[in-house]
Amino acid sequence: MNIKKEPTIRLQEIQTNRLNQKLYIFGGLALLLILCSFFSDYLTPYDPYLQDLSLAKAPPSSEHLLGTDRYGRDMLSRVIAGSKTSIFSTLLLVGFIATFGSLVGIICARVGKTFDTVLMRTADMFLAFPGLVFALAVAAVLGGGVHNAIFALAAISWPKYARLARSQTLAIESMPFIQAAKMAGSGPIKLIRTHILPNITGPILVTAMLDIGTMMMELAGLSFLGLGAKPPIPEWGSMMSDTRNLLPTQPWVTLAPGFAIFLSVMIFNLLGDTVRDYLDPKNRR
Amino acid sequence: MSEILRVEHLSKVFPDKDKGDFWAADDVSFTLKAGEKLALIGESGSGKTTVARLVTRLLETSSGKIYLDGEDITHAKGTKLKEAYKKMQMVFQSPIESFDPRLTLGDGIMESLLNHGLEKEAALAECQKLLSLCGLSREFAHRYPHEVSGGQCQRAAIARALAIEPRLLILDEATSALDVTVQADILKLLQHIQKERNMAYLFICHDIALVQDFCDRVIVMHKGRIVETGTPDEVIQSPKEAYTKKLIDSVL
Repeated sequence: MNIKKEPTIRLQEIQTNRLNQKLYIFGGLALLLILCSFFSDYLTPYDPYLQDLSLAKAPPSSEHLLGTDRYGRDMLSRVIAGSKTSIFSTLLLVGFIATFGSLVGIICARVGKTFDTVLMRTADMFLAFPGLVFALAVAAVLGGGVHNAIFALAAISWPKYARLARSQTLAIESMPFIQAAKMAGSGPIKLIRTHILPNITGPILVTAMLDIGTMMMELAGLSFLGLGAKPPIPEWGSMMSDTRNLLPTQPWVTLAPGFAIFLSVMIFNLLGDTVRDYLDPKNRR
Repeated sequence: MSEILRVEHLSKVFPDKDKGDFWAADDVSFTLKAGEKLALIGESGSGKTTVARLVTRLLETSSGKIYLDGEDITHAKGTKLKEAYKKMQMVFQSPIESFDPRLTLGDGIMESLLNHGLEKEAALAECQKLLSLCGLSREFAHRYPHEVSGGQCQRAAIARALAIEPRLLILDEATSALDVTVQADILKLLQHIQKERNMAYLFICHDIALVQDFCDRVIVMHKGRIVETGTPDEVIQSPKEAYTKKLIDSVL
């Protein structure tokens, strides 16, 4: 018995340790990115808007680590400044849709009946739009710009959270422990706060984490198509779009923002995966 | 002895246009005296659990009346229902699922005490008293449901049901998910508590052998209707209905 028991315990410990390590590493990296976007104004070595045509299209050097673009602007500064638009607006967007969508979902599940049907069919309606088409429509009506791109993305992505929160709430509501809580005299608000919310935040948090990467891509994609941030505002997607014809001759100008997108999407996705593993109740001991 | 529960012509219909309405409970009437142990038996789908859920107001009644301690609670809501739950509590079939996986057993046991205005420390002291009454050590208050066995969890569930000192305890297949020896322990515990607190039990069960020594009276249900009532000995020795006979033969 002893021989059999020890290795399994040790294996479990190792797995938990590895999970914790991963959580710290990816969490740290993500935090670094977020801090970078918050303090981007202080981190840029040069003014990201300062043009100097004598330095145009300079390759990476010790003075300009990522080279300069066709107007002689320092690429490193522009990539760092771009994180403010890209990362900060993505976080804002995901935070908003996750909160708003979940609230709608929980209320729908609790209230039910006509209220539920009307709101969920509205959600379906928004889901029926392809993201890009809706963004194009919004851009056509309200004009381009980061704010409108975010608005368009928010309008079509909240239903995902509403559906998730609704189905999770319904699943939890049928559990005996909710009935036991009702019999213990807990009112509807206490029921949501102490029993439903803690039990559904896990899946919603994981979806939101994984969505950060997706939304970052979508936002960059919209900007790439000219529907998001407008030049000269540094934004990774529009920076790539601006400079894509320089790719064969001065690749660093396009690759720098591209690599920034790749790196941040990857970090947030890996963090999302790790958080999902971490929140799995089977790992809580 | 006074009556604690009176159920009159209780029915529950689940409408179904294709196959015709389904009557999960059909004209069920019975009374339960204070301190009495009444068993509700029948096969799966006979409507026992439906009756329990109707009585506890976890399911809306289609027709009929429910009186708890003389008060009509058939359509009770909000504060009135909260008051009713002070008098009746339920122990569920699946012990582990009847506790919130994100909260400790202690949190679950204390919930009703805190909801009814007890201070946190007093509730914790009471919770530990209840745990020891139910044969668990104090440290179980800090354990999570997935960290304890089914039997231990059911003991905690009984402790939770006892917390606000109800006069009626509804046990919905409370021992069915447990193995035989643990089942016997839980029954012993329930008997002990009954003597100590003089509570009424509505004991829902599919195993007629189990209720033989345990209950004062037996109601046999079949397809949502009551088919037979009597003391366990009467019902087992000389069953009047063919269905009861079949049910007994399948067990004994």
